Amino acid sequence: MASTSIVKHQHAHHFANAGQEFSSAKLGMWLFLVTEILLFGGLFVAYTILRGRYPEMWHEASSHLNWQLGAVNTLVLITSSFTMALAVNAAQTNKNGEKNARMFGLLVATILLAGAFLVVKYFEYSHKFHEGMLPGAHYAYTQIAAPNAHLFFGIYFLMTGLHGFHVVVGICLLTWILLRARKGHFYSEYYTPVEVSGLYWHLVDLIWIYLFPLLYLVG
Amino acid sequence: MADHAQTHDARHHDVDYLRDGNTIKSWLFTLDHKRIGIMYLVGILAAFAAGGTFALLLRIELLTHGTTFVDHNTYNRFFTLHGALMVFIFIIPSIPAALGNFVLPLHLGAKDVAFPRLNLFSFHIWVVGTILSLFAIIDGGIDTGWTFYTPYSSAVGGPVILMTTGVFILGFSSILTGLNFIVTIHKMRAPGMSFFRMPLFIWALYSTAILQVMATPVLGITLMLLIMERTLGIGIFDPALGGDPVLFQHFFWFYSHPAVYIMILPGMGIINETITCFSRKTIFGYRAIAYSSLGIAIISFLVWGHHMFVSGQSLYAGLIFSFLTFLVAIPSAIKVFNWTATLYKGSISFDTPMLWTLSFLILFTIGGVTGIFLGALGVDVHLHDTYFVVAHFHYVMMGGTAMAFFAGIHYWWPKMFGYTYKESLGRASAVITFIGFNITFFTQFFLGSKGMPRRYYNYLEEYETLHQISTMGSWVLAVGFSTMGINLIGSLIRREKATQNPWGARTLEWTHAASPPITHNFHNTPIVTEGPYDYPAGDAQGRPITSTHS
Repeated sequence: MASTSIVKHQHAHHFANAGQEFSSAKLGMWLFLVTEILLFGGLFVAYTILRGRYPEMWHEASSHLNWQLGAVNTLVLITSSFTMALAVNAAQTNKNGEKNARMFGLLVATILLAGAFLVVKYFEYSHKFHEGMLPGAHYAYTQIAAPNAHLFFGIYFLMTGLHGFHVVVGICLLTWILLRARKGHFYSEYYTPVEVSGLYWHLVDLIWIYLFPLLYLVG
Repeated sequence: MADHAQTHDARHHDVDYLRDGNTIKSWLFTLDHKRIGIMYLVGILAAFAAGGTFALLLRIELLTHGTTFVDHNTYNRFFTLHGALMVFIFIIPSIPAALGNFVLPLHLGAKDVAFPRLNLFSFHIWVVGTILSLFAIIDGGIDTGWTFYTPYSSAVGGPVILMTTGVFILGFSSILTGLNFIVTIHKMRAPGMSFFRMPLFIWALYSTAILQVMATPVLGITLMLLIMERTLGIGIFDPALGGDPVLFQHFFWFYSHPAVYIMILPGMGIINETITCFSRKTIFGYRAIAYSSLGIAIISFLVWGHHMFVSGQSLYAGLIFSFLTFLVAIPSAIKVFNWTATLYKGSISFDTPMLWTLSFLILFTIGGVTGIFLGALGVDVHLHDTYFVVAHFHYVMMGGTAMAFFAGIHYWWPKMFGYTYKESLGRASAVITFIGFNITFFTQFFLGSKGMPRRYYNYLEEYETLHQISTMGSWVLAVGFSTMGINLIGSLIRREKATQNPWGARTLEWTHAASPPITHNFHNTPIVTEGPYDYPAGDAQGRPITSTHS
């Protein structure tokens, strides 16, 4: 990577200068993250209402989730957030293109960690499918005595499913960043896509940090 | 990005945006905010015509008690489609997406919105959402009402999933437009355009955008849950499975009450522009109006419970929601008083946009005041789900937003297309619509207070006379809107050229941009040195408010 030369960035014609373009992109991403929080917010409210309505069932059903796997995934995502932050830093300090290898490696690490998260999730999901711990009408598990446990698994699959979808989107986004980084698009004067993708990735991580205790540890 | 366009090339400088490329592709994949605005305008007016047709059909069915010409199932579909089309496809995107897209960068002195590609994308998904909703209509239609209340909507047959997916996608379009506008307003203002020199239309669009960004995602998740409810039977809203149907109503109104301000705020914004221009006076209480837009946006998040006074929510919650509802009347009233004060001692001219504006003032005030009746707990229990509610929200939505929208269309028409319409026809259409509107909907206040429930297919014989008056009013309305359509389309055929500033207005799109504007809006970035409404006393033409640099 070290030999890749930097491709000079030309700001879009409707902006007065590159600074205006950068701060616009950043504000846009922050606003997008607000919409994401409100999107998940609906599910958090549904969680709260249903948990308040059936506290014992919630307690019991939660203990049937595998908290060890959840904890592993929490660690995996926090680490990926760290590598992402370092990747942004690598882009910011990439003055002459010679540190590209570091940015490249950190982005690959972030993507691999995101993939690892999904692999763990796959094992968790297939176990639940196998046992019949499914939402609503498909619920067939027999080990939980309290009624309406299908509601807990409905919420579990909705929240982790929507979050998992965001992880998949994140992987696509970071792969695109990676391909552009390889071409030498990002350097100390232009790293907007790396920065805003990083913001997105930190939010995906942050949402999981709330999901983990609320779903796995309340039992 | 390396593949970005270079700084604008010379070719763009003198071509107006309508003639800068005339292939279909140059329209459908344009990044120009003005072309995107025009495409929205065409789509939105088509939706308005379709929604209006359903309204005429359902009014015809209500002409006589018993069956008039369709059965009750068809009638239910008529009002659902009327409501869903008018709310989600016409009125929510109407002013921000069509007029807002066209005017906002011009008002700010910018070349475009901050994210032109995102703007185009939001138009494309608006088209996709609209097509899905249309498929739902062709596929037999749905009869849940536009509110999709559970558990009915999760159990009933029909293409509910198709319709809600369509609305879900339309929601994203709305979010992206709002996001784009907020960033544009913060980052793209011309030199000298401070926040308090922005036209008040921009303040209104800004407040609207906050609502679009912060409320619409909640609708998104609600509709997603409804789709999950229908496909997987997750049971969150289904009492039979231990869920809570009232939770759906909370979710739905947490979006849909702010949504009514998404509908009305941009309309209020347009009124600021027209009322100052046609009174030749600066706005009375600029800051009060600017802050009241933000005030409405904030309070509107806290009043959703007033849709649910009879849904079994606690009495205390009801009391608080009722109180907060009264509170939201204050910023709205501030605006109405300021507009009235702006008219005072102004040199008022009754051009077409002004007639629509005055219609707005009268009808919105009636709609607003009757809203206070409904916000009062005891009165609402009597009036809930009656024609009184129907009349109230038509006075606000149609008498308010739609009138402001048409005021805006007539005001900016010469700027958008470079042609003038026939003033006489324009005035006639505004007056006929005003009369038709009142015949149609004022009678519905009487119907409602006598107990006629909304959405009913049939009614008792004593309601028949009032229903017939209302139906005949709808025909007058149809004449008014047809006149407007003929006039506007006629102007495109007659091609009578408009001048750059036919109204003598003081905002940048009139003082600094051609009619129609060039692709990049301004030859040179304007430098703003004055407020948007600084009409000198006695000057009917309005001198330029800014100087330019080259």
